[in-house]
Amino acid sequence: MARKTPEFSASSMADIAFLLLIFFLVTTTMDVTTGINRILPPPPDPTVKPPDIKDRNIMNILVSRSDRLMVNGKGMELSSLKDEVKGFMIPHFPDDENFPETKLVEIELLGATHRSRGIISLKNDRGTSYDMYIQIQDELAQAFTELRNEFSQRKFGKNYADLPEDKAKAVSKAIPVPVSEAEPEDVGGK
Amino acid sequence: MSRFKKKGDKETPGISTASLPDIIFMLLFFFMVTTVMRETELLVKINPPSAVEVLKLERKDLVSFIYIGEPVKTKLGTNARIQLNDAFATVDDISEFIVLEREARDEADRKFLTTSLKVDKGTKMGVVSDIKQELRKAGAFKINYSVTEKRKD
Repeated sequence: MARKTPEFSASSMADIAFLLLIFFLVTTTMDVTTGINRILPPPPDPTVKPPDIKDRNIMNILVSRSDRLMVNGKGMELSSLKDEVKGFMIPHFPDDENFPETKLVEIELLGATHRSRGIISLKNDRGTSYDMYIQIQDELAQAFTELRNEFSQRKFGKNYADLPEDKAKAVSKAIPVPVSEAEPEDVGGK
Repeated sequence: MSRFKKKGDKETPGISTASLPDIIFMLLFFFMVTTVMRETELLVKINPPSAVEVLKLERKDLVSFIYIGEPVKTKLGTNARIQLNDAFATVDDISEFIVLEREARDEADRKFLTTSLKVDKGTKMGVVSDIKQELRKAGAFKINYSVTEKRKD
């Protein structure tokens, strides 16, 4: 008595596979790595003398080993750093003694533009905490983003991030990010 | 004398779903195989700082990681240590690490290699600066400070 094996319904198989698929899709969401991108300068060339920069063109930011902030010799709160940097970096024309010099540069799409010659020098102690360092980097980045946004709103009516590539390039030329990091001082402990 | 006769109204044959599981299984296997993560076991504690202006790291295959933080094992002390791949290292090992990382990539991709620094909040900048100096010497200029995103308020 040969009995027929009952037919096995394969229609639910798809559902099972789907379930597994979705499970894997959901569980393998890797943590997205977010961070602050920076380009390090190449090692200093001992034969080339560092250029002389006028005092008025430099904003000295110093972070002590106890995470205290000093801008041009005066203590400052972290929360006011952004506005200070913005005020410093906005091109002042006509020339103002208290602000950095400007340089007239020819930029595509923008024409002749006054560009600030200001430089921000960031120096930290070896004992400064990494958290503080990142906070300052972040404040600086925010200041420059806001400057660029304001500039591109004025020129193109859009935020910097929404600009097409050629215009974004022009804006980044008009407002560069001149942050220079000094080698840290060897005073604090490791 | 039509060769193609209309055969009255015929029901459209239903599409067989028997091969559907196979297709889904194929997809499943594809995802299972491609999402093999090389998870480095962390030997240091890392609680990253947070910042507002963060960017997503693209091309994860072109990123090499340097971990800095307190060792997980408390008997190793509380001084910040550097971890490369799966082992503790010193600052002097960085240049060799960069060379190896570079050699592991395609020649065309080497210039896009980014070094991501995963550093604990409480670490002192001394160690980080030493590493940055080493990276400069090694020619790995593109770096990324790994931070979490902070909500703007």
